[in-house]
Amino acid sequence: MPELKFDKTKCANCNVVNCLVKCQYIDLDKDKAKEEWQKVINGQDSFVLKACVTCYACEEYCPFGNHPLYLIVERQEEKGILPQPRPITKQAINMTTSQGKFLVGKPEKTALSFCAIPRLYTLAVGKLFEDVLPSWIMGTEFFCQAMFLHFARMSVIKENLPKVIDNIWNQGIREVIFLHDECYGTFTKLAPAYNIDVPLKSIHYLEYLYHKLKERQKMIKPLNIKVAYHRNCSARLVPETDHFVDDIFGLIGVERVKREYDHENALCCGGLLMTSIGYDAGHDVQKRNIDDMVKFGAEYCVFNCPACWDPLAEKVARRGIKPIHIIDLCKLAIGEKQAVEVTV
Amino acid sequence: MTDIYEALVKIVGKDYASNNHEECYFYGRDPGLMAPHEADYVVMPRTTEEVQEIVKLANKEKVPIVPKGAGLALTGLVIPLKGGIVMDMKRMDKILEVNESARYVVVEGGVTHGALREYLNEHHPNLRNSLPESPPITTIAANVVIHGQGRLTNQYGFNSDMVNGLEVVLPTGEVCKIGSCSVGPYWFSKGPPLPDLSGLFLGWLGTTGILTEVGLKLYPKKKIKDLEILVTDNEDLVPDIIFRITHTEMVEDLAIWAQERPLMFRGNYHISIFLTADSEGELEMKRKMIYDSVQKYVDSRDAGFMTMNLDMRRDFMDNPQKSMTAFADVRRGGGFEYAGPIIPMELYPECARKVAELAIKYRVVYGGSGRIIHGGHCMMFSFAYTFNRADQDEMGRARKALHEAAEFVADKGGVLWKPNIDEQKIMMERMDPNTLKLMTSIKKFLDPNGIMNPGNWEAK
Repeated sequence: MPELKFDKTKCANCNVVNCLVKCQYIDLDKDKAKEEWQKVINGQDSFVLKACVTCYACEEYCPFGNHPLYLIVERQEEKGILPQPRPITKQAINMTTSQGKFLVGKPEKTALSFCAIPRLYTLAVGKLFEDVLPSWIMGTEFFCQAMFLHFARMSVIKENLPKVIDNIWNQGIREVIFLHDECYGTFTKLAPAYNIDVPLKSIHYLEYLYHKLKERQKMIKPLNIKVAYHRNCSARLVPETDHFVDDIFGLIGVERVKREYDHENALCCGGLLMTSIGYDAGHDVQKRNIDDMVKFGAEYCVFNCPACWDPLAEKVARRGIKPIHIIDLCKLAIGEKQAVEVTV
Repeated sequence: MTDIYEALVKIVGKDYASNNHEECYFYGRDPGLMAPHEADYVVMPRTTEEVQEIVKLANKEKVPIVPKGAGLALTGLVIPLKGGIVMDMKRMDKILEVNESARYVVVEGGVTHGALREYLNEHHPNLRNSLPESPPITTIAANVVIHGQGRLTNQYGFNSDMVNGLEVVLPTGEVCKIGSCSVGPYWFSKGPPLPDLSGLFLGWLGTTGILTEVGLKLYPKKKIKDLEILVTDNEDLVPDIIFRITHTEMVEDLAIWAQERPLMFRGNYHISIFLTADSEGELEMKRKMIYDSVQKYVDSRDAGFMTMNLDMRRDFMDNPQKSMTAFADVRRGGGFEYAGPIIPMELYPECARKVAELAIKYRVVYGGSGRIIHGGHCMMFSFAYTFNRADQDEMGRARKALHEAAEFVADKGGVLWKPNIDEQKIMMERMDPNTLKLMTSIKKFLDPNGIMNPGNWEAK
């Protein structure tokens, strides 16, 4: 099994312990954080392991890129701590098990990966994708596995990820445009952290969209709208891509409202908290998040992650804010239709 | 002897009476596993008077008569076991009255649940009926005669509990009103404060009379619908989980299901919790109460609420559900049948294990699902098995699995729902002898010539 390349010396020399001090779900000062983190490193019992909701934020907070989340998940699994209920974990494993039922378009050297998320297939249509379609792949054979970070099942990721990489390679694909942060993060961050070789070039879809919009700049009619950006947990795996959100918004005439719960202080969609902790925890973050959108006058809530859409989109819409995926937002700017909507 | 066919033509016209082999063949079977038996005649009356005339004819000639709605019970209850006349009620399709303030509707005996739903959506958008999970062509009259259930059963009981009055053609041809409609123009009660005579017809599987009109309670239709699904991998916890959820009194409908396909559902028990509300505040209050009621099991990691994408949630909220069609693979010639006993909640774990055990024993694919009835007093547990209609051996194995399931549940104290003739025997064998004697006496009194759906509820 691949092993995590974790550099203890970076943590030993760390003076900020941001992984825990900045955590939105754990309240620790620096000294106590250092103490608890050392326990995690040593494989000792720490309340942190049970309190962690796997929001991924520590990956972004760590100034050294030392992957605190991966270590936490490793330790949770070692100690049998379940961030999610047991039957939900079982269901997640069942639903992502390869069954030879994958779908492909006409894969070429460059392909879109819809992972195992059919809604991405629905979204990725129109002129912005005409240069690459019908080269696409979808199904559990191409499922990036990072979701199992939420389930403390690093063993599943480590076992399956090399097969997924082979499956993509065997389609003749050499460059993959990933339409989900979690996929891009898996291939560009998680795999290297475990010395898993990725012979493919990974492209983040926001970067791809930005360039395609630039190429079609004449088609763009500025939307002139104010939006709240709902920043998803998996964006924490790849914070270096966040500027593409602003770059795209700049091109299409969209104002990203400067609200409290964006960027490093973004809040979870609440879906995981509802299932792992309970109603109050999930509802609290959803309410704070949406109240914040309303307070700052957002007309749209822009989503990046399809999984956040499900627990949040209807609730956003009921508060009078239009939910939209960022791919659909780009399509609106060039006169195309929104593919995924909610009705309430 | 009267020429039955000619007499039927005289009553309903030649377009609505038949003794053609093709039509009698069709009316000799249902979509389930019971052996077919061809009808001699098929007739489609339009009015209560026509039903009366037909029944009088049958009674005089001692010809069996089997009333039929959509024939979707799957347990052979509309198969003319002794031949005779199958009376297809579909032409009696008028919605006669909606009393909005008293929340009831009066329909003819062939009106379907789907038609009523559409009518209410158009003309009375604040009212709804308890739509069963069967196809929308299910008729209201047939559904209450078999004690059917629907989306409002957790709140209000069996669909037959929602009956507000009946018009019945007795086996001897008299027309009889049951309930408040027997003494005045209103259909607000099937019995109280009068003696409740509806029990002479509900649950009798068409052996005591033909329902030509049904009064049915309607219920508030809320603006927002939502669904949560709680999942556990421990069937022993299900009764307590249901007890906790029903204690909140916040749930429209509660269904429990376990199935081996698709893979994502394997090994878990799913509790679908249907919520309705008129506002976001009401919905969230109900959701919170539901979540809090089972927090103990979330904390212990034994149960959790499943995340669903919106498309999946919409499909799960469909009423009726399309999932059984997919489960049975109907489009490719598949079918399914289920034994659906009514059991107390405490028997759920044993039934949940048994349905899977029988699937292995008889090499058939199973689905085990249940619907909570009236806040948890009991539940319907469905032992469902699929089969390929072109595979007689598999159909035989499914039949054996169902029979064994019925025996198992009856031995445990469950009561078989809409039982086929074999299951009726299982029930009658275990029934208190005086109860059986009373049933037999009532049946003999109402149907002295034994013409009504003969073969059913027949004690030796």
